[in-house]
Amino acid sequence: MAVFTRGFTGRRREQDSRLPPGQTKVDDWPVLSAGPSPRVDTETWEFTIRSESGPPHRWTWDEIHELGVEDITTDIHCVTHWSKLDMAWRGVSLDLLFEDVETSYDYVMAHSYGGYTTNIPLDELLDGQSWIAFEADGEPLGIEHGGPARLLVPKLYFWKSAKWIRGLELMPDDDPGFWEQAGYHLHGDPWKEERYW
Amino acid sequence: MIRRGRAAWHVGTVREARPETPSARRIVLDVPTWPGNAAGQHLDVRLTAPDGYQATRSYSIATSGPDTLLELAVDELPDGEVSPFLVHELAVGDELDVHGPLGAFFVWRPDETSSAPVLLIAGGSGVVPLVAMARAHAAAGDPTPFRLVYSVRTPDDVYFEKELADAAASATAPLRVDYIYSRVTGRLTRDTLAAVAFPVSAAPQVFVCGPTAFVEAVAGWLVDIGHSPTSIRTERFGGT
Repeated sequence: MAVFTRGFTGRRREQDSRLPPGQTKVDDWPVLSAGPSPRVDTETWEFTIRSESGPPHRWTWDEIHELGVEDITTDIHCVTHWSKLDMAWRGVSLDLLFEDVETSYDYVMAHSYGGYTTNIPLDELLDGQSWIAFEADGEPLGIEHGGPARLLVPKLYFWKSAKWIRGLELMPDDDPGFWEQAGYHLHGDPWKEERYW
Repeated sequence: MIRRGRAAWHVGTVREARPETPSARRIVLDVPTWPGNAAGQHLDVRLTAPDGYQATRSYSIATSGPDTLLELAVDELPDGEVSPFLVHELAVGDELDVHGPLGAFFVWRPDETSSAPVLLIAGGSGVVPLVAMARAHAAAGDPTPFRLVYSVRTPDDVYFEKELADAAASATAPLRVDYIYSRVTGRLTRDTLAAVAFPVSAAPQVFVCGPTAFVEAVAGWLVDIGHSPTSIRTERFGGT
């Protein structure tokens, strides 16, 4: 139920069927961050997966790259109404990282350097749906975009693709992360416009 | 106390629209169903064409509290789709769909803060949510020390000049404003920032809002100077 806006016809009119409802295509790359960008050195960078069974799984910067970096071409959608189409990313599939992880839990909390968190269902991270990404559009990820490494979960709004990723923690319940506690949707599917609760 | 309204769609009617700066316009919206908002929150404005085409953008609110008259200040982006319409076409009496209030992190509430001083740092139109905080601080007569460092191209480009002067003149809750005219005396630097900010020992709560590159630089300098990253809240606009 929208009111028609007197005199508005729209200039851009992106008709691309890859744009979810309420999104506008951009060519630059806007930034959404709650605080300063933490400076993370790849020398000391570490990525960890913790589950309820066994010790944590850890990778250094070199070790995670040795698992195999793949090229990904995907669209990304930010809750603040912009989308970027056909972005070229490089990263390591979470399928490789979860190969030896045993868990009966269904949810994941992503933790970042700097303290950011976001919650995601485990089955939306596996089967070729998410990566730890190091490069975008041919460049190492800039610090303001989450460099040196961020989670990449393109099927969900982009606040789920945690910048400055440090680790994943399996959890039994779908507990809310940082923005989810501050009014953003627990799930965040752009095609259902799951922006806010 | 502000009732914390759940975000929802509302219809607003334009009550007033006038030039704010050479490139920006102030818009006063009457939103009778608005649940109130905290200082620093924003809303989405959605425009709908006759054939159903829609475009949505986020704008910070320069007012706060239970009032249902909301002030926005919209800067025209030369290549924009929504901002040129809002700056040039929108007229008093027009109706707009708005969704909000949005944002629960980049907010300042007079009733919930510690005695830590508050440092506001704005780049250009990024001053809008900080104006809401400065006004809320003045309206509450809140004793928390408040400073605003406002980087803006020239004196003509200052938003809410009178409101900021009024807040600065408040007897009970004064605001100190340091203007940095970037096209006149040069850009804000780390040294200037260190000189005008509260010292690290005062452990201020910091809010920074502006273009992405400005906020990235300022937030980085604050951390370099020694401010705790967890005390710095940011809001950015524009791309890289």
